[in-house]
Amino acid sequence: MNSALIIIFAVMILCIYLGIKARKGKEMDLEQWTVGGRGFGTIFVFLLMAGEIYTTFTFLGGSGWAYGKGGPTFYIIGYGCLAYIMSYFLLPKIWRYAKDHNLMSQSDFFVSKYKSPYLGILVSLVGVVAMIPYFVLQLKGLGIIVSEASYGTISPTVAIWIGLTVVTVYVMFSGIHGSAWTAVAKDILILIVVLFLGIYLPVHYYGGFQPMFEAVESAKPGFLALPDTGMSPSWFVTTVLLTALGFYMWPHSFGSVYSAQNEKVFRKNAIIMPVYQLILVFVFFVGFAAILKVPGLEGPEGDLALLRISIATFDPWIVGVIGAAGILTALVPGSMILMSAATLLAKNIYQALNPKITDQQVAKTARYLVPVVALIAVFFTFKGGNTLVTLLLMGYSLVTQLFPTLLFSLMKRNFVTKPGAFAGILTGVATVAYITISESTIGSLFPFLPQAIKDFNVGIIALIVNMVVLVVVSLVTRPISVTSSKTETA
Amino acid sequence: MRTLIKLLAMIPFVGLLGGTFFANRVTPYLFGMPFLLGYCVIWVVITTILMMVIYKLDPKNKEGEAR
Repeated sequence: MNSALIIIFAVMILCIYLGIKARKGKEMDLEQWTVGGRGFGTIFVFLLMAGEIYTTFTFLGGSGWAYGKGGPTFYIIGYGCLAYIMSYFLLPKIWRYAKDHNLMSQSDFFVSKYKSPYLGILVSLVGVVAMIPYFVLQLKGLGIIVSEASYGTISPTVAIWIGLTVVTVYVMFSGIHGSAWTAVAKDILILIVVLFLGIYLPVHYYGGFQPMFEAVESAKPGFLALPDTGMSPSWFVTTVLLTALGFYMWPHSFGSVYSAQNEKVFRKNAIIMPVYQLILVFVFFVGFAAILKVPGLEGPEGDLALLRISIATFDPWIVGVIGAAGILTALVPGSMILMSAATLLAKNIYQALNPKITDQQVAKTARYLVPVVALIAVFFTFKGGNTLVTLLLMGYSLVTQLFPTLLFSLMKRNFVTKPGAFAGILTGVATVAYITISESTIGSLFPFLPQAIKDFNVGIIALIVNMVVLVVVSLVTRPISVTSSKTETA
Repeated sequence: MRTLIKLLAMIPFVGLLGGTFFANRVTPYLFGMPFLLGYCVIWVVITTILMMVIYKLDPKNKEGEAR
């Protein structure tokens, strides 16, 4: 057993310890379990939301994109920035409404605003279908991290089972309290690791940041900017915008909004969040440093860039610390996803279809669904294959389809009717599915358009279809159906 | 006041999104980073400053000084 492994296991044990201890002295009803009794202050909410940014996708994928794609990677910084600006205005409203109506999940919000449990079922299904591949991605990342950092002594399969057991145990036991406490450990560790790697590697190998970029530029001219076609500036702008809109639409991010103790928390976070995500720049630096030092990683293998350059540079114990940080980036968002998925299934699908079930039973069901969701994810992790990649590409676009319906529901006079909400979300989701499965681009759908428009992120089409259908159906159905707006002030 | 806050909040959208078309280049290096990356970083910092100003201006943050 090498020192890397010892450190990795120590951190996993710390996770279980923190996760279980977090429960202390709390009666675990659904409100405590899933939204922390609405008692979290600025720091916890900050860490839970920061948890959405620093997932294994950013840790491995951010450096992997820098390594393999170069300039287009910078969109990751742009979208968070714009999402936080919107959060200042949107989240306090969402939180206030959720508190006044005692909401527990994202779907509850739609159910309450549009007075339709069936809309809740639809939104839950969209959420769960989007979240499972996202969770699987975290598990796969975890498997890669542990097997690389253990120098191959632990297989990804074993690592995934261990990680999944850890997260299932503490989610069943402590719910969101467990996520919040492990998020503390995660952010401290990731901050140290990323700053260290992002500064040390460029300085050690190239003598500084600019010399590193100059070396990359002379080896691959233009790699550090956007290409003229494909991932061009118009791709960049539309992707930043779309991703920013979808940012808070993930059920687990939306749910963590409810955990705040007051609405000021969000306005304060909107100040710090943008600069905090600059840490991602250091993740990119690691990927750029790897281009000339560990060349030859093709396609998806680029995700290994960060770990490979670390292994080539450092002693095992440092690799262990890096691996441990990587594991936490999988476990924290993973735990939030597990909990949200279980809550949606128990409350917004099971209880919606069987209204006689009591709240205690829902709370219990949600907790017993945690291992079930975990096992489904494991199945897809090992058997998913290409379907998984497709689902994953869809995930973000799928949740983004919830944005128009949500946004209009926050307006004082919401003109969107129940059928309008249904039709908009359904056509949006169907368009996303069609586009993803047929691998369409705007260029292939509309070959006559100028190149700049062909490069638009294809997700825009689904959003436009969604909005048009939403508006048209709402206007047509308006005289017949009763809108939710007049009960708004209740 | 509300209009001013909204206008301030729009600035990064215009700068970050609109500016990309002009900022898409590698040199000159900004703070040792490729120009486009440096440009994004500047906008992140501006956003934080703007949000700070908005926070101070927004009357909603005056009520109830507790936490």
